[in-house]
Amino acid sequence: MNVDQLSIQELPEIARQLRRDVIKMLMISNSGHSGGPLGAADIFSALYFNILKIDAKNPTWKERDFFFLSAGHYCPIWYASLARKGYIPLTELSTLRKINSRLQGHPAPGHTHGIPGVELASGSLGQGLSVAVGCALGLRLDKSERRVYVFLGDGELNEGQVWESAMTAGHHKVDNLIAIVDRNNCQIDGKTDDVKGLNPLADKWKAFNWNVVECDGNDIEKFRATLKQVQSFKGKPSVVIANTKMGKGVSFMEDDYKWHGVPPNDEQGKKALSELPKTKFNDFIEFDWEK
Amino acid sequence: MNKYKITDNKATRLGFGEALVELGNENPNVVALGADVTGSVKTDLFKKAFPDRFFNIGISEQDMIGVAAGLAIAGKIPFVSAYGEFASGRPFDQIRQSLAYSELPVKICASHCGITVGPDGATHQSLEDMAIMRALPHMVVASPCDYNQTKKMIKASLNLKQPLYMRYFRDNSPVFTNSEDAFQFGKADTLIDGKDITIIACGLQVWEAILAEEILSNEGISVRVINMHTIKPIDVEAIVKSAKETGAIVTAEDHQKHGGLGGAVAEILAQYYPVPQEFVAINDTFGESGVGTELMKKYGIDKDAIVKAVRKVISRKK
Repeated sequence: MNVDQLSIQELPEIARQLRRDVIKMLMISNSGHSGGPLGAADIFSALYFNILKIDAKNPTWKERDFFFLSAGHYCPIWYASLARKGYIPLTELSTLRKINSRLQGHPAPGHTHGIPGVELASGSLGQGLSVAVGCALGLRLDKSERRVYVFLGDGELNEGQVWESAMTAGHHKVDNLIAIVDRNNCQIDGKTDDVKGLNPLADKWKAFNWNVVECDGNDIEKFRATLKQVQSFKGKPSVVIANTKMGKGVSFMEDDYKWHGVPPNDEQGKKALSELPKTKFNDFIEFDWEK
Repeated sequence: MNKYKITDNKATRLGFGEALVELGNENPNVVALGADVTGSVKTDLFKKAFPDRFFNIGISEQDMIGVAAGLAIAGKIPFVSAYGEFASGRPFDQIRQSLAYSELPVKICASHCGITVGPDGATHQSLEDMAIMRALPHMVVASPCDYNQTKKMIKASLNLKQPLYMRYFRDNSPVFTNSEDAFQFGKADTLIDGKDITIIACGLQVWEAILAEEILSNEGISVRVINMHTIKPIDVEAIVKSAKETGAIVTAEDHQKHGGLGGAVAEILAQYYPVPQEFVAINDTFGESGVGTELMKKYGIDKDAIVKAVRKVISRKK
């Protein structure tokens, strides 16, 4: 089922469906990232089903908001959101990472060999914020009311380019830009504190002249309310540090960095799905063992 | 008697700066980005004319490429400018992912290219940029031969659908092309016709090739001179035709021997019509400080080096 905007009450259910989609996509592809996408399902449900001004039937709509996924490896949750929204057929989700598919392992734009709704390639980390800043500056030149959203992983903040662009956005007071940092404290080698500590993270952004707000990124209503609040902030770019749990919704994956870059096997997938009850939106595929 | 006359002595970078202002007047979507060296790379002219449409990103070329990509997505036509090394080598991965793979029509205007940037020394002499930019799918790579052609190239770039890497130079250099001559990306200019050998050059080596032809024609050698201003997509037809008609090729460029214009020409010859080729280029070494003309001589990319290479390649003809 394709869906457009949803009420606040319905968002938890679409978030659960997106998690089911991610698990099934990864089981089929037998490749891809589990932890980040599951942890970010609540963020994507709020963005794609309540916040973003977009039109799946007209992906290049002149009045659309922009969304950039800087951390390209989160794409399973993005593809699921775009499919649920109607950008691509739901059945196409079963082609993730397969040859001849538009669902590349890391996203490619719709005008190349990727899918509509994706406007920039990502995968090599740290590049999305710069692009979002440029896009926001372009909209500002046009005196447009449209907004630019960009999603970053916290491990990605190791990249120097992120701070180059943070400085640019602060300097140019790009207040039509909202960055979302998925603060799950994990990266592929371990806890962010152990690999290369990011704290004090909010202070870093503040020092770069950003409006900084922290919230629980797995509480959809709180996250949505936070976005609504920063939308009207003037004079500075805003960053929402969304505290999430990697692997959220699947007990044996939660807060375990080992699930950063691997898919569940059949047995793990079945267990994960059993923890995420079916929803009214229906799965994009029904496995034989489910019939 | 030389077949081309020097009408002026002006820097290619100035041609870029002036043409950009003209484009800015013609098209309100043209925007420019700089990385702090705006005075040297001549984007200061655009900044002065259109302060709202100029963005100084500071000394962060990787960020500058990304910001330009975002401006392109928002419907603008971005021109970024920096010294060649910092416009290509420093932000290579950003160019690869955010421009080439994303197929965004950003123009990278690389000033101060080649060894002739001179006194700043090897760190500032981009000698590998054509090789790395040429390796990227979707990129157009071009290098004008003088001030007039730089202006025409900038004007023509407006409608390119692919990202462009355009390399030009700091120093004043002879202006010898006509401002009325036609220009088309991918279509080489045959400047002098000849039948014994073809010199294919780009950038400042085009003038050196013209000087070399004068010396060689006095020795009775009939030399064709081609200005290969577009290195990618390269003019296959012009190369193959010259190989067939003259039987020997010399390439000349202010760039490493590996992967630049010479490499691009050799790829075509090997596939379509192999003939002897000699390479006038930097021979797998870094440069050093000095005056541009001194360095061209020391590192073997001036007219004398071209003359020597022509004699050698003719001796290799069967």
